[in-house]
Amino acid sequence: MSDASLSFASIAELSAMLETGEVSSVELTRHFCNRIDQYDGCINSFITRCEEQALASALAADQRRSSGDATPLTGIPIAHKDIFCTQGIKTSCASRMLDNFVPPYSATVVSKLDAVGTVTLGKVNMDEFAMGSSNETSFYGPVANPWDRTRVPGGSSGGSAAAVAAGLVPFATGTDTGGSIRQPASLCGITGLKPTYGRVSRLGIIAFASSLDQAGPMTRTAEDAAIVLSAMSGIDPGDSTSADVPVPDFRALLNADIRGLRIGVPQEYFNADLSVEVGDTIHAALAELEAAGAQLVDISLPHTHEGIATYYVIAPAEASANLSRYDGVRFGHRCDNPIDLNDLYERSRSEGFGDEVQRRILVGTYALSAGFYDAYFKKAQQVRRIIANDFKQAFEQVDIIAGPAAPGVAFKHGDKAADPLTMYMEDVYTLSVNLAGLPGMSIPAGFINGLPLGLQLIGKAFDEQTLLNTGHCFQQRTTWHRSQPDMTRLTA
Amino acid sequence: MSWEMVMGLEVHLQLATASKIFSGAANRFGAEPNVQACAVDLGMPGMLPVLNEQAVAYAVMFGLGVGAEIGYQSVFDRKNYFYPDLPKGYQVSQFFQPIVGQGVFDIPMPDGSLYPVRITRAHLEEDAGKSVHDAFAGQTGIDLNRAGTPLLEIVTEPDFRTAEQAVAYLKALHSLVTYLGISDGNMAEGSMRCDINISLRRTGSSELGTRTEIKNVNSFRFVERAIIVEAARQAEILEDGGTIVQETRLYDADNNETRSMRSKEVANDYRYFPEPDLLPIVIDQDYVDAIRAALPELPGAKRARFVSDYGLSDYDAALLVSSRALADYFESATKASSEPKLTANWILGDLSAALNRDDITIDSCPLSPQALAGLIERVADNTLSSKLAKQVFEGLWQGEGSADDIIEARGLKQVSDSGALEAMVDDVITANPAQVEQYRAADDAKRKKLIGFFVGQIMKASKGQANPQLLNTLLLKKLSDN
Repeated sequence: MSDASLSFASIAELSAMLETGEVSSVELTRHFCNRIDQYDGCINSFITRCEEQALASALAADQRRSSGDATPLTGIPIAHKDIFCTQGIKTSCASRMLDNFVPPYSATVVSKLDAVGTVTLGKVNMDEFAMGSSNETSFYGPVANPWDRTRVPGGSSGGSAAAVAAGLVPFATGTDTGGSIRQPASLCGITGLKPTYGRVSRLGIIAFASSLDQAGPMTRTAEDAAIVLSAMSGIDPGDSTSADVPVPDFRALLNADIRGLRIGVPQEYFNADLSVEVGDTIHAALAELEAAGAQLVDISLPHTHEGIATYYVIAPAEASANLSRYDGVRFGHRCDNPIDLNDLYERSRSEGFGDEVQRRILVGTYALSAGFYDAYFKKAQQVRRIIANDFKQAFEQVDIIAGPAAPGVAFKHGDKAADPLTMYMEDVYTLSVNLAGLPGMSIPAGFINGLPLGLQLIGKAFDEQTLLNTGHCFQQRTTWHRSQPDMTRLTA
Repeated sequence: MSWEMVMGLEVHLQLATASKIFSGAANRFGAEPNVQACAVDLGMPGMLPVLNEQAVAYAVMFGLGVGAEIGYQSVFDRKNYFYPDLPKGYQVSQFFQPIVGQGVFDIPMPDGSLYPVRITRAHLEEDAGKSVHDAFAGQTGIDLNRAGTPLLEIVTEPDFRTAEQAVAYLKALHSLVTYLGISDGNMAEGSMRCDINISLRRTGSSELGTRTEIKNVNSFRFVERAIIVEAARQAEILEDGGTIVQETRLYDADNNETRSMRSKEVANDYRYFPEPDLLPIVIDQDYVDAIRAALPELPGAKRARFVSDYGLSDYDAALLVSSRALADYFESATKASSEPKLTANWILGDLSAALNRDDITIDSCPLSPQALAGLIERVADNTLSSKLAKQVFEGLWQGEGSADDIIEARGLKQVSDSGALEAMVDDVITANPAQVEQYRAADDAKRKKLIGFFVGQIMKASKGQANPQLLNTLLLKKLSDN
């Protein structure tokens, strides 16, 4: 097996190679560490690396496999978004505020993946506190899109998407509050799944907006997403909002036969805001699914546009409270020589948080203030229910919903950073899904001017299987997910 | 013109759960700083709350105890403010939908009457930590052991008109929660903390005046004093034509005065919103019924039963049921003695006095209810006069054995042998002819006073052991004999 073929192999393929002994986990780990050494200087996807620990885990994984106790993920290298607490490994949330934070515990997701024997190569970059759609708000600098280093990888899970797309790691964890898995997956040409709210424990994941946050896999294929999702999911007594629903073996149940599947195509996702090129690419992908036997059904999600305003009240409101704990008292950044308590708060928080985080704290605080609560937060909660109801009605007619994951392909660094509202539009097709708590997935669906674009599939609550089946079917018939960026051009 | 006080009380009650309301850390008073605070209590990144179901059960028990509506769906909210001893920068509380709604709680007053107080609501929340200002020079220490302790905040309508009513309410509340076993009610350790909302108005007026809030008063006595001095302060301002500033004040027990803490103008906007990390608490009728079925007899019902079954006065019954342990003691002693009234008198008299004197509670009383009953039986059958009984009681208190042992050992048996007493009476009459003459010459009213001399002489001669009733009969007979 050549080194080059390892870099872009799927988990399923690597797992098979580990099983036959064609490659060892230690070899895989060394291979990907070398890739990171070679390319991450250009991409900046890793914030923290832990090569030594990784090699020790890899050795243990190889022993486990030889003793016959392996799972498909045993010995497979992984990178965790730096929002997942990792015991003994710095967890910064890409913020100066937590630049010095080493948690004494691991997130449930990390523990579960550790338990099946994944090998953690490090912690990857993201927008600060997951607030952003371009990975430009990170304290550790922007991340380059492997398809074009002058462009953003999307966000907030930009480091995860870029690292997978560049073949620096076979898969990564991400979190998605309004599109933070699906939009970067679309912009980097990988598969990203945001599960149903409650499917995956939030314990140990640094909170952005608690009622919207959900962790999920960022992989090369739907099949890989199925493998990882089974390992990540399940009720957690430590997270009261995790759901008590059975976790199937999604991979074992994968069924690429989608004949008769009713796919809803919301007219609101293809209005004048969407460029012709993106519309054409998505329609071509839908035609492929139709050719596979699915039935396309025109539907309406009438409150799609209200989703943005609703989201940008609820998410900042929850964030404004979630981020109050970073006060310079117990952990995180503390300003030098505070003169009194208010000075401690003001300077620690002003120095520790970047502009976008401060903007959202201010917006959220305002939306919850006396006299504004009813007009903003309460109204947003009402609209949230209306949006959820739109989906509920749509799912009476169809099995899944499909459309674009983002309004366009990857944009240039700096293009949208100065205008928050344009940036917020990046999530117009994804954040309603979070508001409704539903599962959503982005799969590579084509290229525009050499840049990847994702098709978004939205499912019924806890019906990730149908999304995975549809994605798997699509990937059996297309090769978009097999495309690789030109690494020589990247480093040139 | 006189002023009328109008007060409402808010009580923060720490619930006696084994662990905290949202974490597994121990819920105990008095540990070394910060050893009972886990990652959840510290508000560490990524940590999430998990509701302690015992706290919910305790809140429902309280609601049933005051006859209040139970919220079948209640919701936690975040109350946002910054303070160093509030780790998350918000307190998880219940603002919009509390677990306990309106109710009416009948308060026994010292005169034996009942005073109804309307409960507005009671909600679950987490306690904050403590700021320690005196441990480090020029710096403030933070102790987060208390952070996450379950609290039930109990709010009343402005139904109190006197300090006496307010104190009676707090005592009744203390009694109720200790009966229920949901709190130790220890005010000195902060298990029960009281905020007093107080305003004045002209007597006869129905409008409410501007109120102040006195925060965190931590004993019955201080509540009474704080109300009195704050009412006096407000009255003085109003008499001078001034206006009351709506503000939070602190009671300074050393100087017996209230002081301004912070004014509402700069008070926090708490920005309440539903806590997204916790699901609503949903309980059903079966759950409430099961808790109701397991409730102990509560002070109100016990008080009524003590009056009807034992013939006690309202006053005595109210005193006896004020603590579950005292009521249990009474019932055990009465069961053994079959003398409810005497038993009540002894418990509320000599026994309570001795407990107070030695500063111990009924739970650690050196005297068992059965031992007290042994004494009461000897009073009831006239073996002991009340004076001798006091001596036997002291013997019991000192652990000298049973009442009969002490009577025997100390030779305290009452002389009820009429022959022996008659001889003593004869001796005294013979030895005091002048007093006998005086007695016989006097009218009935004077005789009643003069007879005391002879009683005293004979008691002295009998070392107090003469049966007083028998002695009286004999004296009257002998003094009238010529």
